[in-house]
Amino acid sequence: MFWNEKIETLKGQELRDLQLKRLKWTIHQTQNIPFYKRMFKEAGLHPDDIKTLEDIRKIPFTNKSDLRDGYPFGFLAVPMNKVNRIHTTSGTTGKPTVVAYTKGDLETWSELLARNFTMAGLKAGDIFQNAANYALFTGGLGIHMGAEKIGAAVVPSGTGNTKRQIEMIEDFKVTALHCTPSYAMHLTEVAEEMNADLSSLKVGCFGAEAWSENTRKDLENRLSVEAFDSYGMSELFGPGVAFECGEHDGLHIWHDSYLVEIIDPETGEVLEPGNHGELVVTPLVKEAMPLLRYRTRDITMLMEDDCPCGRGPKLARFFGRSDDMLTVRGINVFPSQVEHVLRSIPEVGDQFMVYIDRGESHLDEFTIQVEMNKTFFSGELSDFVKLQQKIVKTLQDTITVRARVELVEPGSLPRFEGKAKRVIDRRVI
Amino acid sequence: MVYYNEKLETMPKEETARLQYQELKALLDRVYRNSAFYHGKMKEAGVSPDDIKSIEDIRKLPFMKKTDLRDNYPDKLVCVDREDLVRFHVSSGTTGKPTVVSYTKNDIEMWADAVARSLTACGLGKRDVIQVCYGYGLFTGGLGLHYGAEKLGAVVIPASTGNTERQIELIQDLKTTAVAGTPSYFIHLLDVAKKMGVDIRKDTNLRIAVLGAEPWTEEMRRYIHDISGVTAHNIFGTSELSGPMFCDCEEMHGTHIHSDIAYTEIIDPETGEPLPPGEKGELTITVLKKEAFPMIRYRLGDVSSILEGECPCGRTSPRIDRITGRVDDMLIIRGINVFPSAVEHALLKNPFLTSHFVIEVSRKGRLDDMLVRVELKPEAMTDSINGLMQMQAVVERTLRDALNVAARVELCPPNSLPRFEGKAKRVIDKRVI
Amino acid sequence: MNEEYIIKQLSIFSENKAGKLAAIAKIFLDTGVSIQAFNIAEANNFGVIRVIVDKPEVAFEAFAKQNYALKYTDVLAIKMQDVPGGLFEAAKLIGELNINIEYAYAFRSGEYGALIVRVANPGEAAKALKKAGIELIPAANYHF
Repeated sequence: MFWNEKIETLKGQELRDLQLKRLKWTIHQTQNIPFYKRMFKEAGLHPDDIKTLEDIRKIPFTNKSDLRDGYPFGFLAVPMNKVNRIHTTSGTTGKPTVVAYTKGDLETWSELLARNFTMAGLKAGDIFQNAANYALFTGGLGIHMGAEKIGAAVVPSGTGNTKRQIEMIEDFKVTALHCTPSYAMHLTEVAEEMNADLSSLKVGCFGAEAWSENTRKDLENRLSVEAFDSYGMSELFGPGVAFECGEHDGLHIWHDSYLVEIIDPETGEVLEPGNHGELVVTPLVKEAMPLLRYRTRDITMLMEDDCPCGRGPKLARFFGRSDDMLTVRGINVFPSQVEHVLRSIPEVGDQFMVYIDRGESHLDEFTIQVEMNKTFFSGELSDFVKLQQKIVKTLQDTITVRARVELVEPGSLPRFEGKAKRVIDRRVI
Repeated sequence: MVYYNEKLETMPKEETARLQYQELKALLDRVYRNSAFYHGKMKEAGVSPDDIKSIEDIRKLPFMKKTDLRDNYPDKLVCVDREDLVRFHVSSGTTGKPTVVSYTKNDIEMWADAVARSLTACGLGKRDVIQVCYGYGLFTGGLGLHYGAEKLGAVVIPASTGNTERQIELIQDLKTTAVAGTPSYFIHLLDVAKKMGVDIRKDTNLRIAVLGAEPWTEEMRRYIHDISGVTAHNIFGTSELSGPMFCDCEEMHGTHIHSDIAYTEIIDPETGEPLPPGEKGELTITVLKKEAFPMIRYRLGDVSSILEGECPCGRTSPRIDRITGRVDDMLIIRGINVFPSAVEHALLKNPFLTSHFVIEVSRKGRLDDMLVRVELKPEAMTDSINGLMQMQAVVERTLRDALNVAARVELCPPNSLPRFEGKAKRVIDKRVI
Repeated sequence: MNEEYIIKQLSIFSENKAGKLAAIAKIFLDTGVSIQAFNIAEANNFGVIRVIVDKPEVAFEAFAKQNYALKYTDVLAIKMQDVPGGLFEAAKLIGELNINIEYAYAFRSGEYGALIVRVANPGEAAKALKKAGIELIPAANYHF
C-alpha cells in the first residue's frame, strides 16, 4: 500500500532532477541564516556553485554543536510570524536545541509519517495508541499528527501507567501501538501477568532506540503484531525520517525529502553504498530550519539495491553512534548532560556514579550512587529521603529520566586519574 | 474589535436562534436514527425529534449526566462509524473506569475553531508565541489549546507541565507572549520567576495568560496583574464538551459560550427547571455541532449563572459567570477532576489497608496538595521501616495511576481515622480560593 | 535450635504525633507490663516502636485489643563488656561472620551492656555467634 505511490517510487533521473531542484531551493533558503551565509563565504562558495547533486560535497558539514551555538533562533530561516510550532531536543549540556516549524513544515512532516504508516498497512478505521512522550519531545506530537493524517483514531496515551495502557488496548480494541521497543517488552509482560486480551493489536511501530532481531521475534510472538522499526531525529523534523516496509530488511528513507550521504566519521570522506558509516542528511523540504549536510552521528549503511516493495534503496538498521550519546527509554541522553545536572545539585558535588541497566522489567533504569557530602549530613533519616527525592525530581525535570538514588558513604566511590568515566552503560541490547 | 469569525460571533439574536434550531434539529435527527442510547432515552421521555419546533423546545429533552457516560463505557455513546473516529480522550470517572470521549475530524476542527475564536477574544493573534503549560496526552487541556493556537497561526510551544525553571527559561529565550495553564500553576510560575530573579515585566515579553481547568477568582486576576503586568483570561470547558474551548473577552466579564456551537442553560438542580439569566443554578450545555460524541443537555455539575445584558465587545453569545461551586462532591486538584468515589475504588486494590480513608486538600505554596490518609490493617504490620515505606509508595502509585494526579499518602494506625454513620464526610478541603 | 536466645520484641506502628508515646506508655502501665528496652525509628509520618518487655503476650493482647498494628520480631541480645572497645569486639566478630545487621540498639543492663540486633535468620545467627565465642543473653533474662 502506498500513501503517495508516484513520489514514493520515484527513481533514476526523475528523482535526481527533483532532488537537485529541492537542494537548490534549500540552499537558497539557508542563505537567510547567518551561520550558513558565513559558512559559504568562508568556504569561498556561492549558492550558484551547486550545479549537480555531487557538488554538495563542496559544502562543509553541520554539527549538533553548531545548532547549540545558535540557540535559540540562530538557525531560523523564516520570520517568527511564519513559525507555527517549536520543539526542543536534548543538548549535550544545559541548553536544549530548538527546532521550529512553519505550517507547511507541519504539513510535510505529517505527510511523511502518513507514508510510513500506510507502508505498515494502517488506514482509517485503525485505532492507534501512541504511548510516546508528548510535549516538547517530537516523538509524541509527531507520530500523533501522522496517525491522524491517515484517518486513524489516535489514543494519545503518553508514557507510563502500563496497566491503564493495557486496559485501553482491550477496551478500545486498539489495532496499532507506537512506543519504544523496550517499553513494548515491558507492556507485554505486564499484559501476560494481567491475562489481558490484546488480540486486537496487529501493528507495532517501535522506535527512538536501537533494538535487535531477537526483540523483534519476541514482540511479534508474544504481542502478535507485525513489528516495524522507526527512525527519526528532531533536527530532521522528528520521527518518520526512515521506516521499515513489510520486507523488514532495512528502513526506507524518503529520498525525495532527504538527501543521504554515508561518510567515514573520522575523515569525512563520502562512502559508496554498501559501506557502513555515519549518516549525513540534507533535508530537502524544510522551510523554517533548513540544514545542510547534517551529521546525525548514527551509524548505518545505504543499501545498493532498490527494495522489492517498489520503493528506493533502504538504510540498514542502525547499530551505533559515532559519539557517546545514549538512548534511555527513548530519550537521548549525553553523559556530559547527566554530569552537568548532578553537579548542579549542591548536596551531590563531584562524587557520584551513574549506571544504566536494563532490568527484568525490560525498562532502562538509572542507578545513581552519590557519596553523602559531610557538609549536608544532618543525622535525620527523613533528610536522606528528601535528598533522594530531590535528585530523582531534578533528573526527571531536566532530562526526563527516572532514576534510583543510592546514598553511599564518603570515600566509597571510585576516584579517577585522568578523564573520569562516571556514566556507565551496562545494558545488553 | 478583532474577531476570528465576525459573522458568527456577532450574529443578531433571532438569526442565532434560527441557526441553533437548525443545528439542534439536524443533531436530533441524527442521534435518534444512529444511537441506541439517545433513541432509548428520548423514547423513555416520550419525545421525538418532531416535537422540537424551536430552540426553546430543547427543555422537552431529557438531561445527560456523568453517570450516563460511565454506564455506557467505552463506546456505546459513539454515534459514528469507527472509520470516522480520529481521536480519543480520557478523563477521570467516578469509579474505576474513566470517561472516554471520541472525536471525528470535524469534531477536532470545530474544537480548534472554538479555541481559536476564544484566544482571539483574549487579544491573541498570529504574531503571538503561546506556551501551552497544560498536560498533553489523554487530558484535553494540552492538545486542545495546542490545536486552537496552531489554527490561530501563532507559534505554539508544547511545554506541557512541570519543570518550572525550564519553563521560565523558555519564556525568556523563545520570547513567549502568552501562557496557557491552570491558574495555580501560573501563580507558582510567577513565584519561581521571582526567586530566579526574573522580572516578568522587564525580562520577558509575556503579556497574556489563558487560565482554566480549576476555579479561580477576580482577586487572583488582579494579583497576577499587579505582580507581573500579565492580563489573565479565563478559559472554560470539560472533556465531555470536547475540552477547554470558551474564554472571557477583553471586557473580562463572563465567559462567552459561542452560540452557534453550544446552547447554554442554567437549571435548578433539584427540579430540572431552566432558570432565567441572573439566577444561579447548574450549568447545562448542549453542544450543537458534535458528531462522534454528542452531548445533549449535559449537566456539568458546575454552579454558575448566565449574565444579563449585552457584552460591549459586540459578541452576541451568552456569557456565564465564574463557576462558584459544584452540585456534587467532585474535587479539582491541579486542574484534574477527582471524585472521592474514585479514590475509594483505587484504595480497594491494596489488601493491606482498611476501607477507611480521609482526603485532605490544601495549598502547598501556590499548588494544590492532596493528602490521603489511609489505615493499615493490624495483620499487615511489619517490623521493617522499609516495608512500611514501600506500602506507602504502592498506595501513592495506585492513586496516581487511577487519578492521574499525584497524592501524598499517610499511613495511619488501625482504627485511627473517623468512622461515619450515614453519609461519610471523607473530604477536608482547606483551600481558600 | 538456640531458642533460648531468641527474644520476642514487639514492633508497634505509631503515628508521629504529640501524645502518641504517652498513649502507648499508658497501655504498658495499665497492664502492668515492664519495659526492658525501648527504641523508636521514624520515617515519613509514622514510626515503629521496638520494645522488649517482661510479658510480651500480655502486652501484645492489650495492644491488639486497642486495634494497634503490631507484631512480634525475633531479635538477639549480645552481651558486651562495659569497657571501652566492648562494642568493637562484638561488632568485629559479627562482621567476620558475615552476618548483616538490619538494625541494632544498645542499652546498659546491670554490670554489662546489651546490644539488641535484628538479623535475617536469628536461629542460625545465634548458633554462629555462640560458636565464635560471643556471649548471648538468654531470653529468660527479659521475659519472665
